[in-house]
Amino acid sequence: MNLKTYSLLAVAILAITACNKNATPAGDGATNAPAATSEAAPVAQGLVAADGSSTVFPITEAMAEEFQKANAGIKVTVGLSGTGGGFKKFCRGETDISNASRPIKAEEKDACKAAGVEYIELPIALDALTVVVNPQNTWATEMTVDELKKIWEPEAQGKITNWNQVRSSFPDKPLILYGAGVDSGTYDYFTAAIVGKEHSSRGDFTASEDDNVLVQGVSGDVNALGFFGLAYYEENKDKLKDVKIKANPAAPAVEPTVENARSGKYQPLSRPIFIYVNKKAADTKPEVAKFVEFYLDSQNATDLVKEVGYVPLPDNAQAAFRERFAKREIGTGFTGSKIGVSIEDLLKEKLVY
Amino acid sequence: MSTPGLSSSRFDGYSEARLLKRAKWSDGLFAVLGLLVLVATLLVLGALVADFINDGASRIDGDFLTSYPSRRPGSAGILSAWVGTTLVMIVTAALAVPLGVAAGVYLEEYAPKNWVTDFIEINVTNLAGVPSIIYGLLALGLFVQTLAMGQTILVAGITLALLILPILIVATRESLRAIPQDIREASFGLGADQWQTVSGYLLPAARPGILTGAIVGMSRAIGETAPIITIGALTFIAFLPPSPIQSSFPFVNFDWLNSPFTVMPIQMFNWVSRPQAGFHINAAATGLILLAMTLLMNGFAIWLRYRLRRNLR
Repeated sequence: MNLKTYSLLAVAILAITACNKNATPAGDGATNAPAATSEAAPVAQGLVAADGSSTVFPITEAMAEEFQKANAGIKVTVGLSGTGGGFKKFCRGETDISNASRPIKAEEKDACKAAGVEYIELPIALDALTVVVNPQNTWATEMTVDELKKIWEPEAQGKITNWNQVRSSFPDKPLILYGAGVDSGTYDYFTAAIVGKEHSSRGDFTASEDDNVLVQGVSGDVNALGFFGLAYYEENKDKLKDVKIKANPAAPAVEPTVENARSGKYQPLSRPIFIYVNKKAADTKPEVAKFVEFYLDSQNATDLVKEVGYVPLPDNAQAAFRERFAKREIGTGFTGSKIGVSIEDLLKEKLVY
Repeated sequence: MSTPGLSSSRFDGYSEARLLKRAKWSDGLFAVLGLLVLVATLLVLGALVADFINDGASRIDGDFLTSYPSRRPGSAGILSAWVGTTLVMIVTAALAVPLGVAAGVYLEEYAPKNWVTDFIEINVTNLAGVPSIIYGLLALGLFVQTLAMGQTILVAGITLALLILPILIVATRESLRAIPQDIREASFGLGADQWQTVSGYLLPAARPGILTGAIVGMSRAIGETAPIITIGALTFIAFLPPSPIQSSFPFVNFDWLNSPFTVMPIQMFNWVSRPQAGFHINAAATGLILLAMTLLMNGFAIWLRYRLRRNLR
């Protein structure tokens, strides 16, 4: 090949891509619009777009995997933009379903409203935040919420640095802390539940968005204490020890398990996690409605959720949210992260759009 | 400033033999230092690759390459990821190489030498150091949102092409600059015009250097995660883009450019952060294959460069 052939080839490729660039806005605009129906580009046919929280990702991934096996023509994509990033796309109408590890925030509600995006809020599972210590830690088998608050509140910074400051019967050993990254929904919920104020804690702990780093840290240090989602503890039971939680000094110490979270005994560190469904997409795109119904199906919502390490909702709650979706009830029952929400509370919430 | 004065002040009190010894010693010291740095770098790289192989090699088989991602680590694969990476790289190369070479040739051979050119030159060099996430944000704002092109293979290709464009421009200019001025003068002397000189003599002579720039650029692009995540590449995707070849006229089809996609680094990123140990093994295996893909791509470019060099003689 001489140079002439090369340059001809390059020009041809450029020309083709340029043509395609021009054609893209129209075609893709239709793909992204929630109202897109059969006239959309062939690529978009039967496409369900989900995006959002990395905490909820494994559940939606499992659902999408099984759903596509059962419904060959329909494609489901799942992104990993984080709860906040997911809501941004959702409220612009770019996605059909938004995964969220916390309820929708006021400013996100306003953004959705401004864009005319009506959403259906569906709690789909519970996550039990687990406080863990090193397996060689013989003293901290159970702790009260007050003791955890003493460790994690902002005033503890630089002061509470020894285990015996937490409880006098604990040994004289340095206290090394690991926790979820401050941008995560996990951190927000933990601080709200333990410190009493969302997004407020001491700053002198090892924070990581990657929970595997926390697992490594706590399993390598006898004096360490950390917290993260139950799934990470369940997968690393040989390297870590869980701490039973007492809601108050008089309450019984409860172990973080699927059963205890499901029955509502494990408080206040159980949190609901959600999907938000675009109502218009559910009404106009049959594949979206079909996927959400598959998601809420009692067998899937129990078995698949359990398989990926989360706590399924009790049967009555599952039935109630199935009904909420069938009636297409829009709005949210939350204003900020609520602490210690029992399943009954979840069901009684009044929805506000 | 005569040298005798300088030398007398510096060399006073030193015998010639001592000076020689000193020079030899510093020479030897530098050689040892260089060797140490090289060994340390290679050791780090070697340890990394060995760790990847140790963790992931046993996981790689036909099924891993031909399966979609799954919630079960054992049955998960990277089909959509490696196809996505390959297609994005094709778009990136098709855009970045011609544009980068053309811009480099223009700046070096055609552009008048004035302050505008200097300004552009400084900016191109600076662009090579801009963090990749900035390109991702630019693409998100411009291509995805303003131009509503969506989160597609085409947008990812354009973004990565922009990212590596400065590398290609600089490489093209450097290799053009290295060509002796005599060649240009000889060509003009034979009556060739500017374009004939560029296409007939300069570009063929510069091709090996340009290809080196392309290798460096493409190797950077294939491992990029941040800009691709920013423009919204997906993480779970269990289907392939439409085929570029079809049975009816015109036999090629560019629908794949507008398809949603995922790439290898994103798949790795997702698996590394999962709780199950099986996914961590998958991530190591994905890393190995990404390494192999980079080697394959560079191997092809090096082979091409070798052939071009041979033809040049």
